[in-house]
Amino acid sequence: MNFDDTPQEAEFRAKARAWIAANAPKQYEAELKKASLGRLKLDGANVLDVAKAWQKKKAEAGWAVPHWPKDYGGRGVSPIERVIWQQEEGVFGKLGALFIIGQGMCGPTMMAYATEEQKRHYLPPLASGENIWCQLFSEPAGGSDVAGLRTRAERDGDDWIINGQKIWTSGAHYSDYGILITRSDPTVPKHKGLTMFFLDMRSKGVEIKPIKQANGNSDFNEVYFTDVRIPDSQRLGAVNDGWNVSLTTLMNERMSIGANVATGFPELFEFCNNLMLEDGPAIDDRAVRSKLASWAVRASGLKYTSFRAISALSRGERPGPENSIGKLVAGSMIQDVATYALDLQGAAGMLTGAEDAEVAGRFQAMLLRSPATRVEGGTDEILRNIIAERVLGLPGDIRVDKDVPFNKIPTKGRA
Amino acid sequence: MNFDFSDDQKQLRDQARRFLAEKCPPKAVRAVLEGNADYDRELWKGLAEMGFLGVAIPEEFGGAGAGHLELCVIAEEIGRALAPVPFASTVYLAAEALMLAGSEAQKRKWLPAISSGEAIGTLALFEGTGNPSPQAIKLVASNGTLTGVKKPVPDGAIADFAIVAARTGSSGRETDISLFLVDLKAGGVEAKALQNVDPSRQQAELTFKNCKAEPLGPANEGWSILSRVLDRAAVLIAFEQVGGSDRALEMGRDYALDRIAFGRPIGSFQAVKHLLADMYVSATLARSNCYYGAWALSTNASELPEAAAAARISATQAFQHCSKNNIQVHGGMGFTWEFDCHLYYRRSNALALSLGSLSYWEDTLIDRMRKKNAA
Ligand SMILES: Cc1cc2nc3c(=O)[nH]c(=O)nc-3n(C[C@H](O)[C@H](O)[C@H](O)COP(=O)(O)OP(=O)(O)OC[C@H]3O[C@@H](n4cnc5c(N)ncnc54)[C@H](O)[C@@H]3O)c2cc1C
Repeated sequence: MNFDDTPQEAEFRAKARAWIAANAPKQYEAELKKASLGRLKLDGANVLDVAKAWQKKKAEAGWAVPHWPKDYGGRGVSPIERVIWQQEEGVFGKLGALFIIGQGMCGPTMMAYATEEQKRHYLPPLASGENIWCQLFSEPAGGSDVAGLRTRAERDGDDWIINGQKIWTSGAHYSDYGILITRSDPTVPKHKGLTMFFLDMRSKGVEIKPIKQANGNSDFNEVYFTDVRIPDSQRLGAVNDGWNVSLTTLMNERMSIGANVATGFPELFEFCNNLMLEDGPAIDDRAVRSKLASWAVRASGLKYTSFRAISALSRGERPGPENSIGKLVAGSMIQDVATYALDLQGAAGMLTGAEDAEVAGRFQAMLLRSPATRVEGGTDEILRNIIAERVLGLPGDIRVDKDVPFNKIPTKGRA
Repeated sequence: MNFDFSDDQKQLRDQARRFLAEKCPPKAVRAVLEGNADYDRELWKGLAEMGFLGVAIPEEFGGAGAGHLELCVIAEEIGRALAPVPFASTVYLAAEALMLAGSEAQKRKWLPAISSGEAIGTLALFEGTGNPSPQAIKLVASNGTLTGVKKPVPDGAIADFAIVAARTGSSGRETDISLFLVDLKAGGVEAKALQNVDPSRQQAELTFKNCKAEPLGPANEGWSILSRVLDRAAVLIAFEQVGGSDRALEMGRDYALDRIAFGRPIGSFQAVKHLLADMYVSATLARSNCYYGAWALSTNASELPEAAAAARISATQAFQHCSKNNIQVHGGMGFTWEFDCHLYYRRSNALALSLGSLSYWEDTLIDRMRKKNAA
């Protein structure tokens, strides 16, 4: 049992470290360190511009998406080297948030299903951050139950004609391309009539409307499709096999295990270490210490769970459904941590203005963003189902709609 | 990075699991629980023969000289099987204290006897209600004799020797405490078995009256030695807790697959699935914290105090969580004497207190993190 790199890993780490030391945008390091869930601000600069510039610089030196094949804009490194790269990139990795969906999910789906020519054409600019991609899966009628989607794809000669609506599409407003799952046959059971495409977000008939979120920001959107034409050559996978294609997309989410999931604990510990209560430092208070300790071991538990997963990766094993644990634990934890940080401030905990709030409103921003973490990319309940069914082997939910043709499934809970 | 046990260590774990499955079925645990024996002598002998008692004891002192990672994997299996033997008191507490602070002669006398299963040892620390602290130690040592009362002492009524924490000063500082080694069979100590929530492992009261004792380690350094012993034992007991958590989770899972209600397995109800998923989550977090503790223990890393406290807290929470919800999944059956659920419930709650309570370790962890932060 050890934390040591193999000689090969150490060599890779040294190379990555040297390059990052010489090239990273150090002027933003301090601000990036302070960034936490719900808050990423760079003084005097636009985050998107800084992120794109860093991505481009990495791309020019072959570090953009290191685990992708060289031909598609990567460096062809192993899964463990990918993790090492992430460790070394450290806080600068936070700039990659805008590219995560494209590089983490759309890219791998293209790699698995697009033609060779398409891959060479579309993947390098996705790697280098020149193009941003989004994921058009969720709909008003189906998020957890994404196979309940209703956006129609109808064949018209060499094209498909798309009509319908997507929702919660992160980054659609600044995306160049998207992968889109549609219903191509409503007369068969719901998982069997889906087809996947990729499309140019500037196609005629695509309309993007930002959604104002509960925390006041607008990071996701509604996307409407009115007679949008997509050439059949942009179909990913077979007609009506879109469900299997989407599983590739979703499975790739799991591969990003090296990425640290934010728990809010380091921020809270620092806060309690500095905060003075009426009768002394907060961290001397028994009740505070007990809460901190419980969260400390959840945070360290997650950290070492990811180390175990990394070790398995380095032995050549594939990450499995057990990796659902990270977001499940971190999601509700960061919400509880933020709530508690406000509680410690008494009435002043309500204040969000940077001048009036403790540590510039950091925990207030965290509090207001945290509910989304428990919903996006699989809700807490769906993750528990995954652990129960695929890790523990318990029976799947009874699916009343499984063998019913899609157009015969009821659409309303109460008449 | 290879943050896992080696293949050899995993093989040792399998070997221990097979051995305990055969020699320590729930029936054996119940025999002690129900008072038919004070511990399982056959099993104890078997553990000695397998080399498990001395796995971390150097060969020159009669052990297998393997190491603490090996001891961790065995501890996990001991916990999974709820072994009703004085393993924790003898191996994690007494042997560790001897290896840390014992003189050559003390090690020569007791370590081989531990490895061979001939001697049972323990640590006499607590004196009634309260957590480990130098102030709580009232038992006095003067002129090489001890006077005072210790309780609860794990396996105190069956032990052959005890490491005893005693007061040798009154400055109000840690240096008031020294450790002593007492041969419990030599007279001067009265032992009384006490009833406790987990009768499958005994607790006792030891009354010392001018009892002869030899110093263990330098005078006035008792508390610092003790803290180190407690940290080491915390990691090892955490492995027992993780083994127990896993078993309780498995029992709940298996029952949920077999029991039918409303025409379907109860494991198909989400309320039950999510209960079990949450048990899996706490058991997994605990295991990961324990691995870090194991690494720190086996390498004598400066991170050990923090790692041990984290493993202790996480594993205590996990075992309590898994054992209580295992009963919940079993419904009324879970609350019968006949079903084994309560054995895990009892053990989890006893282990949760064995080295001081959860809140004590929470406090300790934050102290240590804070010191590191300040440094
Ligand atoms: C910030 C954010 C960004 C997002 N970005 C994207 C994106 O870029 N692209 C995209 O396609 N989607 C995106 N989503 C959508 C996200 O994937 C869905 O919101 C999520 O899957 C939940 O679906 P829903 O909103 O339809 O809720 P529902 O599925 O209606 O869930 C409502 C409640 O019912 C529960 N529930 C539903 N089904 C079950 C079940 N089988 N068992 C138990 N409980 C159940 C849920 O857990 C939840 O509590 C984003 C969401 C958020 C919040």
